[in-house]
Amino acid sequence: MLEIRDLHAAVDGTPILKGISLTVNAGEVHAVMGPNGSGKSTLAQVLAGHPAYEITSGDILYQGENLAEMDAEVRAQQGVFLAFQYPVEIPGVSNAYFLRAAYNAKRKAQGLDEVDPMEFLDFVEAQLTLVDMDPAMLHRSVNAGFSGGEKKRNEILQMAVLTPTLAILDETDSGLDIDALRIVANGVNVLKRPDNAAIVVTHYQRLLNYIVPDFVHVLAGGRIVKSGGKELALELEARGYDWLLEAVA
Amino acid sequence: MTTMIPAPALLSQANAAAATEAPEALRAERAAGAKEFAAVGLPTTKVEDWHYTSVSSIADATFAPMSGNASGVTAEQLAPYIFSTSWPTLVFVNGVYAPSLSQTTLLPAGIRVMPLAHAVTELGDVVARQLGATAPATRDGFTALNASFLGEGAVIHVAKEMVVDIPVHLLFVVNNAGVGGMQHPRVLVLAERHSKATLIESWVGLTDGAYFTNTVSEVTVEDGATLHHLKVQREGRGAFHVGTIEARQGRDSHYVSFAFATGGQLTRTNVYTVLDGEGCGTTLNGLTMLDGSQHGDVQTRIEHAQPKCFSRQMYKSILDEMSHGVFNGKVFVQSIAQQTDGKQTNNTMLLSRTAQVDAKPQLEIFADDVKCTHGATVGRIDESALFYMKSRGIDNETSRQLLTYAFAADVLETIENETIRDELERITMRRFTSVAD
Repeated sequence: MLEIRDLHAAVDGTPILKGISLTVNAGEVHAVMGPNGSGKSTLAQVLAGHPAYEITSGDILYQGENLAEMDAEVRAQQGVFLAFQYPVEIPGVSNAYFLRAAYNAKRKAQGLDEVDPMEFLDFVEAQLTLVDMDPAMLHRSVNAGFSGGEKKRNEILQMAVLTPTLAILDETDSGLDIDALRIVANGVNVLKRPDNAAIVVTHYQRLLNYIVPDFVHVLAGGRIVKSGGKELALELEARGYDWLLEAVA
Repeated sequence: MTTMIPAPALLSQANAAAATEAPEALRAERAAGAKEFAAVGLPTTKVEDWHYTSVSSIADATFAPMSGNASGVTAEQLAPYIFSTSWPTLVFVNGVYAPSLSQTTLLPAGIRVMPLAHAVTELGDVVARQLGATAPATRDGFTALNASFLGEGAVIHVAKEMVVDIPVHLLFVVNNAGVGGMQHPRVLVLAERHSKATLIESWVGLTDGAYFTNTVSEVTVEDGATLHHLKVQREGRGAFHVGTIEARQGRDSHYVSFAFATGGQLTRTNVYTVLDGEGCGTTLNGLTMLDGSQHGDVQTRIEHAQPKCFSRQMYKSILDEMSHGVFNGKVFVQSIAQQTDGKQTNNTMLLSRTAQVDAKPQLEIFADDVKCTHGATVGRIDESALFYMKSRGIDNETSRQLLTYAFAADVLETIENETIRDELERITMRRFTSVAD
């Protein structure tokens, strides 16, 4: 589904990713861990198509196509979804309107008819239980005045509505209390299918108690310095990152 | 320093107008207007209030007083500008009242609405009381000019303690027959004590040709009364529009103004109020949307003349292409006006590199126990919000349009009447998005 080959990326001319290779197959959950500044979030942003990041060399193949050549909105329409570390507030645009615009954009790209507001409301209200969200939140402006946990749950709601093929969760666990973490993780687990995949970017092992990865990769200095199974996350939890950084230094 | 454009063509027209036959009730004010205009003319950009707006193109052009030819305007053409057919609506076409297009049979109890020409006889006491009361001919050149042409316009009288839920609509329309013309309507509004009413002034151009609207509205909001007064300016793209609203408020009254401005090539909107009774308040909000080479200037002046009054202002502008927006918000707090509570915000979104804004808050405070704040921002589309929307599959164009609309949404939400709010939201949405709802 996703094949990253020797990816180098820079922001404002400063290299951040320095040769990342990673293959993600359908049905897999990959955890990307690493200390602050290792390039985890950059990888997530590059995959989503953030214009601030420049791919300087390497390839990203998504379903056999060159992802780097697609605009952010095309990637989303093709099933790539980034759950933001810091979801953006958009005062003046209601959550319901935003979700429907996104949903219809994807349907349009698939050659399907757009759904009308009433039809969509029925559909989206059925998704709310997944993230334990009050229907009133649909009529508030996107993320405006939401608590940290509400924002993250709203990301998972968007994911539920858009049913991505490749979901990238960028530190979705940061700043969440245990209850919110459980809700978010449950949402991700329920949405998991044999034909989709997830990349879970996180600083802490805690999230991986709830979302069990098939593979764990440790990023440091813009490279993957170690890959392994889920037990690697536990080892990192016990030993920290330093032993790995020393080993590669 | 030259502060005056003499505008000889306009002056001779003003003198001629003031000398023509007129109802007794208007005669003195006309003469006062012509006399004042001879003295002050039109302002140059050396006049502080006109620093960013040059009206020399108005002085240089020649406009003939509009004759009121309404034959080319149909009810069907006006339908998009009528908020509701069940609201009392006075229609003025090319400067003159058009009874056949107006709707006056649905007037609720307690409110009287009629063209100025009828009111001079039927509401003589209201005209006598209101005319020149809040906007005297000596105010400035444009008001003087308006006074010298007095004759067209409307009078609205809300009787004491009457709560009128149905808005009254004044619709001023200009079509091709009005190109090259000018109109100087006067609107007089008296909301008696403890009454409540809503008034909409609409300015609509069905032509892209040049014409000149110079309007003055005089408003009195008596003790305990609430008046919602909306101005919807959708003049034609060739139009010059100078509009002044001057209100005076009594004790515990509330004057709520909304100025929506999208039309014209050169427009100036003045909204002035005097808080002249203890405990009264005013809410002056507005939205300006310009593109092309439009120039739109909004000036507010709030005079806190009594203690314990509040004022709230929120003006937003969305400026595209090479347009130029101006906002100047003045708040005067007299020494007697202790415990004044004033707040002003002004936010501009620039959609292009060539759009321009001049924003100036102006607070003059002579009392020592007051709370007055002001804030102005100028910004562009929020790039992080733009990426967020695109990352959800919404295309660049739609994302930009939605964010632009969203910028305007909160000020539109302040409009109390749902029909008007929905309609202005729809107009705004249509201007910036391809989305129908």
